[in-house]
Amino acid sequence: MDALPALPVALPLLVAAVLVGLAPVCPRRVADSAALATAAVVTVLCLVLLADSLDGPVVYWFGGWTPREGIALGVAFTVDTVGAAVATLAGVLATAALTFSWRIFEAVRTLHHGLMLVFLAGIVGFCLSGDLFNMFVFYELFSVAAYALAGYRTTDPGSVRGALNFAITNSVGAILVLGGIALLYGRTGALNLAQLGEALAGRPADRLVVVAFLLLMVGFFVKAAVVPFHFWLADAYALAPTVVGVLFAGVVSELGLYAVVRVYWTVFSSPLDRVEGLRGVLLLGAVTTALVGGAMCLLQHHLSRMLAYATVSHVGLTLAGFALLGPAGVGGAVLYLVADGMVKGSLFISVGIVDHHLRDVDERRLAGRGRHLPWLGALMVAGALGLAGVPPFGTFLGKALMEEAALETGHPWLIGLFVAVAALTSAALLRATGRVFLGLGSRARAAGAPRSPDEAALRHPHVHATQALPAVLLLAGALALGLAPRLATEAEDAAGQFTDRPAYAAAVLEGTRDPAPPAGPHLPIQLAAPALWAAVSALGGLGLALAALMPDRLPTRLRAGARAWRPAADLLRGLHTGNLGDSVTWLVVGMAGFGTLLAVVLR
Amino acid sequence: MRHLPYMVAAWLLLIGLYGVVTSRNLVHTITCLSVAQSSTYILLLSVGFERGGTAPIFLDVPVGTKAVDPVVGALTLTDIVVGATVSALLLALAVQADKHHGSLDPERLGKAQDD
Repeated sequence: MDALPALPVALPLLVAAVLVGLAPVCPRRVADSAALATAAVVTVLCLVLLADSLDGPVVYWFGGWTPREGIALGVAFTVDTVGAAVATLAGVLATAALTFSWRIFEAVRTLHHGLMLVFLAGIVGFCLSGDLFNMFVFYELFSVAAYALAGYRTTDPGSVRGALNFAITNSVGAILVLGGIALLYGRTGALNLAQLGEALAGRPADRLVVVAFLLLMVGFFVKAAVVPFHFWLADAYALAPTVVGVLFAGVVSELGLYAVVRVYWTVFSSPLDRVEGLRGVLLLGAVTTALVGGAMCLLQHHLSRMLAYATVSHVGLTLAGFALLGPAGVGGAVLYLVADGMVKGSLFISVGIVDHHLRDVDERRLAGRGRHLPWLGALMVAGALGLAGVPPFGTFLGKALMEEAALETGHPWLIGLFVAVAALTSAALLRATGRVFLGLGSRARAAGAPRSPDEAALRHPHVHATQALPAVLLLAGALALGLAPRLATEAEDAAGQFTDRPAYAAAVLEGTRDPAPPAGPHLPIQLAAPALWAAVSALGGLGLALAALMPDRLPTRLRAGARAWRPAADLLRGLHTGNLGDSVTWLVVGMAGFGTLLAVVLR
Repeated sequence: MRHLPYMVAAWLLLIGLYGVVTSRNLVHTITCLSVAQSSTYILLLSVGFERGGTAPIFLDVPVGTKAVDPVVGALTLTDIVVGATVSALLLALAVQADKHHGSLDPERLGKAQDD
């Protein structure tokens, strides 16, 4: 099975083509089953690749065009553990989302499933590709499918507007990426990541390389929704159908980050090696993203929008791990990314169930109306704890690794950021859960009872298992990641492999596949202190949530303190207009800012 | 003159982005995006351009003839296809916006719902 790496991309594309071709005659259940089965098979294939890649990258050259004398002629898939892990996450989320949609979403499903499969194929291809231009093509492939899916409910003005904003801002990002690729190709004559890295290795970066770096990073930051490139995200994610939102919130933003680290480590790590300030610049972006996303998350009452901003803030946390520019940070961040993606996927499905059964997603209007679904509330509380990174969730393990890396590299203050941001996002969800499912909060008393006798009739009495099961299983998966033995050391090994540019280049260009060098004796990671921090953030989240629900029980001084924040909150909210022009303007401003900072640290 | 194509590419990118930022009509916005996108075509082609080179078809020319880089040609073609796809999809969304909501002004199309 030499062609195994190509299968998880080729299969969904083929099935999508067949489904769309047969759309007029295909019975609904056949389309559903075909899409679901394909997503499941893709997940299994990615898992097999993941297992294969543990001893070093699996390289597959399309058409057998292997490199001659160290020069890449063909196009390669280079599967390493990190790429395969992200691809597997996408497969798992797609399977969960399609299972959820079994009973919901009655619209033209065959076309929808076709788009979902193209979306999945693009994501997997993006993760496995070892060629910069092919990364761009797959990036555009899954992006175009994502734009179409985001605007799938064309009758909802918000949804169309969100999709347009999403598509145009991200297309500008793609143009920048392509500009960066063109400059790099002009300098090196190479498109293969390994060969680009070899061509640039050993010398400090000149101005052209720095501009190419800037263009590529900004382009991928737009996809990752790093502040200030994130203004398109909330409308697009929150107003898309739930089935799509699961993948958006769970994996799409993370793909932007994946591209940033992939390109940094394979291409730019050698020329930018000596640049001390780069870490600071990336950390600045990470901190801003985490705090702005967390604050905006807390300010939302629309449940999906809350999750969209939780995505922004957790992208910031993941970027903080990557920004430490070392294997330990990368290992922790990847583990966090996968576990967090599953938790957010589960939460998005829970919100989808709320939307489907109570016909609303506004926390204030829903107050107390979820009382008859206590298990759903429990599921959302568990999800909120997963967001907070409480042990034994996988998010905890990832965060523990990142915290250790922060201490090692002399950034102990990052731990404070992790605690604060996890508290903010979990507080928002706990507050919403408390209000919807327990009827807590001042407004709940007024609107607590069902408003009209019709409502009981409107409500679907039973939540079908195909809706609840994926949410439960995704959370269970996130828990399993935290409980799996040796996962932390595996993640560190994978990160060691990921960040070892010369070994990557040798594997791709010379076909050497040494078993990964023994990466030194692993010190057992310290989990006691991170567990304490996680408890602090969970309690902080709970405290904030209760304070928001029952402001009248707060001591007067605290209430005055809370009021002092209001102008800042209004300013922040005012900035997030969701206007297309604003989001592209911020993109240009952000690029200028990032470029200036790069110029300063490289001087 | 060697730098002219690069300056044109930068100019197209900037003027296209200016158009996207200030536009009040979605069709105009999408056209401006295409303008910005065409900067990448020029950039790619000028990166692989060879003064005095022929088209990279090596059927009936002597070995060693100077030719422009065929790879950038392939990249540009791919890029044009991608650009056409994005434009088509965006125009389809604009049609939906006009049909269901009666406006092509990006600022008047359904304000954010929350708060």
